[in-house]
Amino acid sequence: MRQGFRQSMAWLHTWAGLLCGWLLFAMFVTGTAAYFQDEIGRWMKPEVHANPDRAAATQAAIGYLQATAPNADIWYIAPPSARTPTADLFWQPGKDEIAARGTRQRGDTSAIVDGYGRPVTVRDTKGGWFLYRFHFDLHYMPVLWARYLVGIASMFMLIAILSGIVTHKKIFADFFMLRFGKGQRSWLDAHNVTAVFALPFYLMITYTGLVTLATQLMPFGVIANYASPGTFFNEVFPAGKPVERAGVAAPLVPIAPLMAAAAARWDGAGVGSVRVTNPGDRSALVTLTRAPGSAIGSSGDTLIFSGATGALLDQSGATGGAMATQAVMIGLHAGRFAGWGLRWLYFLSGVAGAVMVGSGLVLWTAKRRAKLPDPAHPPFGFRLVARLNIAAIAGLPAGIAGYFLANRLLPLVMEQRAAWEIHCLFIVWGATLVWAIARPERRAWIESLAAAALLFAAVPIVNAVTVPRNLLTGLLSGDWLFVAFDLAMITLAVGFGFAARKAAHAKAISSRRARRAARAMATA
Amino acid sequence: MAAKAVPERRYRLIVMSRALLAIPFNYALTAIVTGLLARHLPLARVEASIAATLLSFAIFPVIAMAIFYARSTLRAWLWMSGAIVLLGAALALSVQLGGRA
Repeated sequence: MRQGFRQSMAWLHTWAGLLCGWLLFAMFVTGTAAYFQDEIGRWMKPEVHANPDRAAATQAAIGYLQATAPNADIWYIAPPSARTPTADLFWQPGKDEIAARGTRQRGDTSAIVDGYGRPVTVRDTKGGWFLYRFHFDLHYMPVLWARYLVGIASMFMLIAILSGIVTHKKIFADFFMLRFGKGQRSWLDAHNVTAVFALPFYLMITYTGLVTLATQLMPFGVIANYASPGTFFNEVFPAGKPVERAGVAAPLVPIAPLMAAAAARWDGAGVGSVRVTNPGDRSALVTLTRAPGSAIGSSGDTLIFSGATGALLDQSGATGGAMATQAVMIGLHAGRFAGWGLRWLYFLSGVAGAVMVGSGLVLWTAKRRAKLPDPAHPPFGFRLVARLNIAAIAGLPAGIAGYFLANRLLPLVMEQRAAWEIHCLFIVWGATLVWAIARPERRAWIESLAAAALLFAAVPIVNAVTVPRNLLTGLLSGDWLFVAFDLAMITLAVGFGFAARKAAHAKAISSRRARRAARAMATA
Repeated sequence: MAAKAVPERRYRLIVMSRALLAIPFNYALTAIVTGLLARHLPLARVEASIAATLLSFAIFPVIAMAIFYARSTLRAWLWMSGAIVLLGAALALSVQLGGRA
């Protein structure tokens, strides 16, 4: 802090990075996986089949709602897309329905149906959606607290990035410098290369990530202008006035012509969500919202049709510069607009981010290990960081492999099945932490990394045994999702196996060096 | 910040003191600046609120870095307290005179 700008920033970088590094690593890993959340979801529901005609699939979903919740106030449908074969349904029960239940208990007002309107009941799973939610909601804790934690960690990350940039004298030269097998120097190089490689991505993703939680983390821009936040949100999302039921029954018009009209207005973009207000009544409204896949910042483009006649009643979407900026920032973060090429680039940048945070954490211990006064008995803080590094870096990926395995191995129909898949993730992660504490540090690294490699390697094998779709059948029938998923698992297994080998090798080198040093000391 | 010249206890005190400035005090100052921007940016009210909120995530890290760079901890304290009192008063006055929606 006192010895000049660069030193003070290097100090800040080290400590801001360390304090939030573990949480940031988990956010990078799950956030990166979330770029393929729909694909992971499809892999985890191998029995579900898509309907190539999306309007027909949406109509089928409406058919399910008509049979299940005819008296609901509002139906909400996330129709199938190119990436998801299922439709997610929610509904708000009508007042009569709530009164009939006697209590204020909400009951189950959501369902998932396949492309033909049949509810998906086997292999209950949260799929890739869980990894997406964990990225900012964490788990086993109130969502609000989790988002504050995530927000604080993101701000530390932003400060670590900015102070990391100004710490860095030779940012360009270091991009071409990667020295292998040189202990601390290699960790520094790995940290630098991964950091510089995708630097614009990290800055973008961290800033836009903060923006996704903006009004929770920094509510004072709103509070300064509005006595009640509700007024602000009404100005941002002008919700249609609640429409009274006319009390006259009228069938809902077919959805396909409305979706076609929307696509024509939106240059061919798909429909991201369908909301039906007062279904079955003459006053019914059908609100179509543009799919986020079609433009970076497309929140809020909506068309409102009469549900009884199909006439276009209203449209919205014109917003001001700041709102559009915010929409583009959130769009950039979530990457829903990205096609396959860009999606993989997002994914690889995210992997680089996880490696950057991970190597930074390891660097913290590597730097201090050389200067320990008594290497056999390092101080508590050093041991804590070293063990948490193992649990964070090897444990979470192993847990995710465990999550995929649980999806295939748990009974197809069981109570709380989706919740138990998630518990399995945390059981594996927790077991790694216990292992990391119980074993000598070097052994713990080797064994945890090897365990992660084995778990990832087991995924394609267990999948091939339990489900008829896999790498080979996929290659033969053009089922590319299963080909890509198995290949990704094999790549991860090889990567962690390689890391485990490296850790074993590093041990051999360092103990040889120590022996040589001891001999030199003895002869001196 | 290697602690060669500074004794360990003093070093810890300085770190705690600056962390206090860089996190809670910084948050208070950023909140005040965000509020002032939201009220006085030449935009529609809802737009100004959003623009100010977006900018706040750039203001906070810059102030945090400035606090750890400051030559003396005392000066950092004086600057931060001065800014919070002055700008806070300006915001309070603005809300008092202009009212809120």
